[in-house]
Amino acid sequence: MPEPMGFFTDTTICIGCKACEVACKNWNQLPAENGGVTEMSGDSYDNTRRLDGTHWRHVKFIEQFKGPYDGRWLMMSDVCKHCVQAGCLEVCPTGAIIRTEFDTVVIQSDVCNGCRACIAACPFGVIDMNPVAGTAQKCTLCYDRMGVGLEPACAKACPTDSIQFGTVVELRGRAQKRVQQLKTQGVDAWLYGDDPNGPLGGLNSFYLLVDKPEVYGLPAHPQLPSRNLKRSGTFSTASAAVLGLLALVGLRKRRMDTIEGGSPPAAPGQN
Amino acid sequence: MSDTFFTAAPHWRWLIILYFFVGGLAGGAYFLGAVLEWFGRPDDRPVIRTAYRVGLWGAVVSGLLLTLDLGRPLRFWHMLFQSANLPHVMFKAWSPISFGAWALLLFGGCAILSARLLREGTALAKLVAAVGGLLGFFVAGYTGVLLSVTNRPIWADSPWLGALFLASGASTAAAWLGLLGPKRGAAESSLRWLSTFDARVLVVELLLLIVFVASLGTLARVWVSVWGALLLVGVVGFGIVWPLVRHARPATGSAGLNPAVAVLIGGFLLRVVMLLASEGIELRRGVAGLVR
Repeated sequence: MPEPMGFFTDTTICIGCKACEVACKNWNQLPAENGGVTEMSGDSYDNTRRLDGTHWRHVKFIEQFKGPYDGRWLMMSDVCKHCVQAGCLEVCPTGAIIRTEFDTVVIQSDVCNGCRACIAACPFGVIDMNPVAGTAQKCTLCYDRMGVGLEPACAKACPTDSIQFGTVVELRGRAQKRVQQLKTQGVDAWLYGDDPNGPLGGLNSFYLLVDKPEVYGLPAHPQLPSRNLKRSGTFSTASAAVLGLLALVGLRKRRMDTIEGGSPPAAPGQN
Repeated sequence: MSDTFFTAAPHWRWLIILYFFVGGLAGGAYFLGAVLEWFGRPDDRPVIRTAYRVGLWGAVVSGLLLTLDLGRPLRFWHMLFQSANLPHVMFKAWSPISFGAWALLLFGGCAILSARLLREGTALAKLVAAVGGLLGFFVAGYTGVLLSVTNRPIWADSPWLGALFLASGASTAAAWLGLLGPKRGAAESSLRWLSTFDARVLVVELLLLIVFVASLGTLARVWVSVWGALLLVGVVGFGIVWPLVRHARPATGSAGLNPAVAVLIGGFLLRVVMLLASEGIELRRGVAGLVR
């Protein structure tokens, strides 16, 4: 049985070249949008803007500027987190989303029927529809490449090793060393998603960050969608009981009124 | 800011809004028919028949709407059976969308039996009505639970949507049966019962709506928007309060809009507001707002 595999993304050495985005689209043959016509975002140098069904990798450009000479760029190559407890896998009604032998989460495009429940379930906004396939799609951690011993296309293409691929255990060790190194340099770095006892049982794709997760567009406390199931189901059941009672109370009142006004008619089955 | 703001919208729009409305109405109508089947009188029979037919056609339309909304409509059966492992059933008890697909199918089966195949008033008809009535109420309410069991803003930020949708489904069903009743030979006493039930359910719905908004906490500020205005004016004012006022003080003569029509429009607007308010919240804007 192979070990759990994943990504460690060190955002401090990402240069925003988007080679990972290009390599991902190229290897996975993801279609262009708008017939290939570039659509400018208009308020950022980043024109991809988000992960979706045709962009399984996205380099975020986070522009923190107070003035022309007072600010910084944060760059982060974002991707599916391959959560140990995955919300998308939990809700998928067709069984299209599976956990592979590498502990990664993959959507089987030939099974998915495009109901889009997984899109709403993902706490990171990773999944979206691929308009050409008509199914929900996301990063597979290059399942086809891993199967023959190759590293994922994005990690292979990354010129600074900001995206590192390997076993999750090995990557965690490497990430801890990097955090210590940065701290000795005075950088307030920390790891997001590396804790197996943390939210979602840990993320197989985790990050080194130098600011709050929200700044990178990441939720501080990602949760499974099923957290609401028990309470929501209980309240609905209670509501159903109240409504049923109201219906019966109305019928009883009608019967009493009829008795007061004359003899009651027979029940429906007795006619 | 709620963690739900970092998610992507599932593009559940008009077909799903229509399904939520029709499914709620159909499930609620069948439930009312089943209650009358068990505890009603002989002169309730026209309303019972109408309720079963509404349940049947509602289930058919619901199935069509859900199928058309899929990215790959011909794979609708993947919800019910394992496509790579036939004839094994595909069912996840912890996934409302999976549970709901089966509930809708079984509810449709009960509605066919009750509306077309079974003899009225028999023990079997009563048994099917009991099962179908429970399934009908499930279909009316699970859609709200389904929304809560996501990670989207508004939907996942409150556990009250299921209860709210259920009450709305029951009130729209009573209103619809009240509208159809006179043309289908419904007795005056049946119509009066439906009207009284509807008024009481509208009060429950209003209370649930208040609890729902309060449960959002600071996130309730999302209603300071066009969707909030529609919720206040369209759903609460026009769809709940006005029909309640008309119920308390019936207008003399037949002039003016029937309150039952207002209940139906309000129920539809409730789904529009709940779906599109969350769909409209852009991930990018939320993130950009934090960065700047």
